[in-house]
Amino acid sequence: MHRYIIKRLLLMIPVIIGVSFLVFFIMDLAPGDAVDLMAPEGATAEDLMAIRHDLGLDQPVVIRYIRYMGGMLHGDMGISYVSKTDVFDTYMQKLPATIKLSFASILVSVLLSVPLGIYSATRQGTIQDNISMVLAMIGLSMPNFWLGLLLIIAFSLHIHLFPSGGDQTLSAIVLPALTIGTGLMATLTRTTRSSMLDVLKQEYLRTARAKGIPEKTVVMSHALRNALIPIITIIGTQLAGVLGGSVLTETVFAWPGVGRLIVDSLNMRDTPLVTGSIIMTTILLSIVLLLVDLLYAVVDPRIKAQYIIKRGRKKRG
Amino acid sequence: MAKTMEQTTERKARGQVAEIWHQFSRNKGAMVGSFIVLVIAFIAIFADVLLDYDTQVVGQNVAERLQWPSAAHWFGTDELGRDIFFRILYGTRFSCSVGLVAVSIGLVIGVTLGAIAGFFGGALEEVIMRSTDILSAVPNMLMAIVIVSVLGQSIWNLMLAVGITSVPQFVRITRAAVLTVRNQEYVEASKAIGLTNGKIIFKHILPNCLSPIIVQATLRVASAIISASSLSFLGLGVPAPAPEWGSLLSGGRKYIRDYSYMTLFPGLAIMITVLALNMMGDGLRDSLDPKLKK
Repeated sequence: MHRYIIKRLLLMIPVIIGVSFLVFFIMDLAPGDAVDLMAPEGATAEDLMAIRHDLGLDQPVVIRYIRYMGGMLHGDMGISYVSKTDVFDTYMQKLPATIKLSFASILVSVLLSVPLGIYSATRQGTIQDNISMVLAMIGLSMPNFWLGLLLIIAFSLHIHLFPSGGDQTLSAIVLPALTIGTGLMATLTRTTRSSMLDVLKQEYLRTARAKGIPEKTVVMSHALRNALIPIITIIGTQLAGVLGGSVLTETVFAWPGVGRLIVDSLNMRDTPLVTGSIIMTTILLSIVLLLVDLLYAVVDPRIKAQYIIKRGRKKRG
Repeated sequence: MAKTMEQTTERKARGQVAEIWHQFSRNKGAMVGSFIVLVIAFIAIFADVLLDYDTQVVGQNVAERLQWPSAAHWFGTDELGRDIFFRILYGTRFSCSVGLVAVSIGLVIGVTLGAIAGFFGGALEEVIMRSTDILSAVPNMLMAIVIVSVLGQSIWNLMLAVGITSVPQFVRITRAAVLTVRNQEYVEASKAIGLTNGKIIFKHILPNCLSPIIVQATLRVASAIISASSLSFLGLGVPAPAPEWGSLLSGGRKYIRDYSYMTLFPGLAIMITVLALNMMGDGLRDSLDPKLKK
């Protein structure tokens, strides 16, 4: 197991280098740089040149990239062109809001979809099952930001229940979390349903029923526990997805998170901030996905055994 | 025994395509979805016959601005007096073509790279798959936003951005499918009679890998339409005054307080299109790939 973790962590290094390379060079293709946007009115060409020289922008892109990566080795991700603050600090300032929203959304999604999935699975083929599956499909097909707008219309403009944006009050998180959570619901409900259906056919459940255990206990404790792995997988990938991709919802609800930071700094052509934020997000996602993989091994001894078998095979080969 | 033999011959006689159609047509959801997709495709293709772009779609009529839905304007009018129903109808053309072209870009690049990786293996496969890992390590939406904002706002850049972000999935699916047929006897036979690698890949291997690719492509068009409208919503999509659905939503957002219908209808159009494509894709998956059927 330790070897596996170390191997996975080492594999992250080339991916991070690749991502930073990709983002750095794409940003370099952009016409115009931060200097054009931030220059005071009436600045002469010499002034602009001087600013560029100070920022190191007059150097060729390869040199800037190597310098950047050199800095990263020391944990220095550069300084934002626009706000002159440290990139890492700026990112870290915005991260808590995104993490808060991500966990709230996952909570909404789990609370809604797992019971619905179980409900559908235990009533396979009935009208209730079909309705839940159609609802799940509709949830999957709805553009998330549109759902957000509809929630704002309903709960914030018509009945003044929740604020339509910002992060000032505790209730402000309700609508964005509901927006993302409902979007995630579709996949999680379908996964819960099909995973439960697989397990419900197993013979040990028949044994449990034959022993006279009430149906509720059979479903909720015997079946659900064994159906958990696919469910955890989806929750994990969804968490990673929300951490990296709630740009739209953050925009709709003016949520001060990482997604908005990236969009805003892109508009300002703030290359260090964009590159740094995307690299940080990528690292964060890789770690979350690694944790999910490790979680299976904890939940299911069979998977733990697989890691060991794989290692054995490699040694022989 | 005799009966099964009979069934097998009957099935063979019906042919593979007929068999798939038989499966597909029994799936009600898939049929409804396909019907809606056909209608939408019809609207998209004949949008310029149905409507006059200059007068009915982008032409302004300030006298009738911001009217709630009525018999004259089914979905109401926007802040410049343009009929929202007509704009959504014409927008079908923009949204669907972005979805289609984007997925075609992803499909061509992804399938080619995936087939090369799966067929040749070795160092080439390593390079392709690791690059795919790098590309997919960045969240799709972020990558697309970066690409469009760097290249500039236009419908082509939007297609390119959404297309590039769908490459990794096609690479993975194609490679996996190619790996399963690479060592089949007919491939060895083609090698033995001296066919070139290109011929083997395109004439013998890929046709046998089509099912998962077709299913993925259908479902990808659905998500590409959502991604494209998301980018337009952020102001990174099709420039005004073209009535792309995401741009309509972003335009309606300013009037959300008093004219909520401007937000409601374009989103509904996206949802119905995506829902129909998803239902069709699910049906295709069930009929093309019996293994996946639950």
